Amino acid sequence: MRNVLPVLTVVLALFALWYGGAVLLNKNWSYDKAQRAGVELSFSEMVKDTMTQEKPRLPPPHQVGAELWKTTGAMVQRGRAFSKRSLIYHGWITLSSTVLGFVFGTGLGILLAIGIVHNRAMDKSVMPWIIASQTIPILAIAPMIVVVLASAQVDDLIAKGVISMYLSFFPVVVGMVKGLRSPDHMQMDQMRTWNASRGQTFWKLRLPASAPYLFASLKVGIAASLIGAVVAELSLSQDGGLGARMLVGSYYGQTIQIWSALIAAATLAALMVALIGLIQTVTLKRMGMAQ
Amino acid sequence: MNDTVISAENLSLTFETNDGPVHALKDINLDIAKGEFVSFIGPSGCGKTTFLRCMADLETPTGGEITVNGVTPREARKSRAYGYVFQAAGLYPWRTIGGNIRLPLEIMGYSKEDQARRVQQVLELVELDGFDRKFPWQLSGGMQQRASIARALAFDADILLMDEPFGALDEIVRDHLNEQLLDLWARTEKTIGFVTHSIPEAVYLSTKIVVMSPRPGRIADVIDSPLPKERPLEIRDTPEFIEIAHRVRDGLREGHADG
Repeated sequence: MRNVLPVLTVVLALFALWYGGAVLLNKNWSYDKAQRAGVELSFSEMVKDTMTQEKPRLPPPHQVGAELWKTTGAMVQRGRAFSKRSLIYHGWITLSSTVLGFVFGTGLGILLAIGIVHNRAMDKSVMPWIIASQTIPILAIAPMIVVVLASAQVDDLIAKGVISMYLSFFPVVVGMVKGLRSPDHMQMDQMRTWNASRGQTFWKLRLPASAPYLFASLKVGIAASLIGAVVAELSLSQDGGLGARMLVGSYYGQTIQIWSALIAAATLAALMVALIGLIQTVTLKRMGMAQ
Repeated sequence: MNDTVISAENLSLTFETNDGPVHALKDINLDIAKGEFVSFIGPSGCGKTTFLRCMADLETPTGGEITVNGVTPREARKSRAYGYVFQAAGLYPWRTIGGNIRLPLEIMGYSKEDQARRVQQVLELVELDGFDRKFPWQLSGGMQQRASIARALAFDADILLMDEPFGALDEIVRDHLNEQLLDLWARTEKTIGFVTHSIPEAVYLSTKIVVMSPRPGRIADVIDSPLPKERPLEIRDTPEFIEIAHRVRDGLREGHADG
């Protein structure tokens, strides 16, 4: 309970900053409107107006909150949770390509790490390419990948999953290479004194030793995967998804819609990271590695 | 001489470093007979650990001959002729004590029943029965080191190689483990190679003490202990014990004077 006060303070400070920013960014439009109507705005009238604009530059928290409720909870109450205007529907689309890409990205990452750890040639030749792959801005190549895959008649879900995979395999490779190499000299020597095969060393030593590293990577990977899904949805916006909501919102200047999609995406990411954290705690406890 | 277990002849090992060659071992000649308890003592850099690692095929000598059970160390390692105890217990945190001791047995393909029986047996041998379901972090350092000795004893190896196994433990725990080790050696009749830098420990435990000196690593003195096999802790106050300790100390000092 000791943490409640500092946490609350930070949250309050953030909201204060947000409200202050909203007034600052939206006030010009308020004054413009007033000037055209030929009225003089007092300060309090101006502040009131910045809180209720239809297309504010920066929507204040309560407007975003109202929009979020309107597109989630309120739609559930009306029994239309999966209507195309619902963030639950769009969130579900984003979630499915995120998870698909994450699963394949993790698999690819683990396989590459195993190869890199066991094969010197692969260590020297593949690792630089993996690092190079992450220096390319994903926003630039995502549309190309999507177009190429679409022309090859690949399902849209998979096309989006590929982008997610592209972003999520990297932290897994880096983490797993470190994890699989974490056994020290003594432990490797010990395996040697028992004349253990490479397979036995892998299954009995390297793999279990890498578990804490894997979970750390998975947390980064799932967040990266979500970003990949959102970016891919910008190119495949006809299918919907949180990324598509942001794109459509930006077409029509619907800043409130953009912000609510943004908050929804952030919430989704936080939930997935928390879920992996939970699996981590349970797994490591069962392995006896958490004390 | 058919009861010679380990035999080194003009054994040398030179590490090539950026500052030139380092002679870790130079012209080592030594025979270890079956059932002996041999201690290697010397200052750091004298090659005592390197010598032990050569026996275990963890290092490859650059000159001379060494045989273990009459074959090369590599063949001996492949036939799992020895158990090796490292300075740190090195138990896997994700395995229970029982699971850790079972590890080499799993690797060597013992049957499930045999594994269970052997784990039980060695746990009793090191007085850790009842701890097989505990995790390493639930045990003290001394108990962990005992578990790691149990792990090295679990499979049928006639040779036990120990590299400063009690170096990180306090004196009282060390005394206790030394007593236990002697008891264990008497019961199992294994040949033991034991690296240490404690003079009392070496004299108390060994039938043969090999004093080594550094730069280059070589044998300064080999002392056959006249002490009886039965050794209570009080033996350390007898004149015989003190005399051997003196000789070891002299050997160590001589090695230093040359260096």
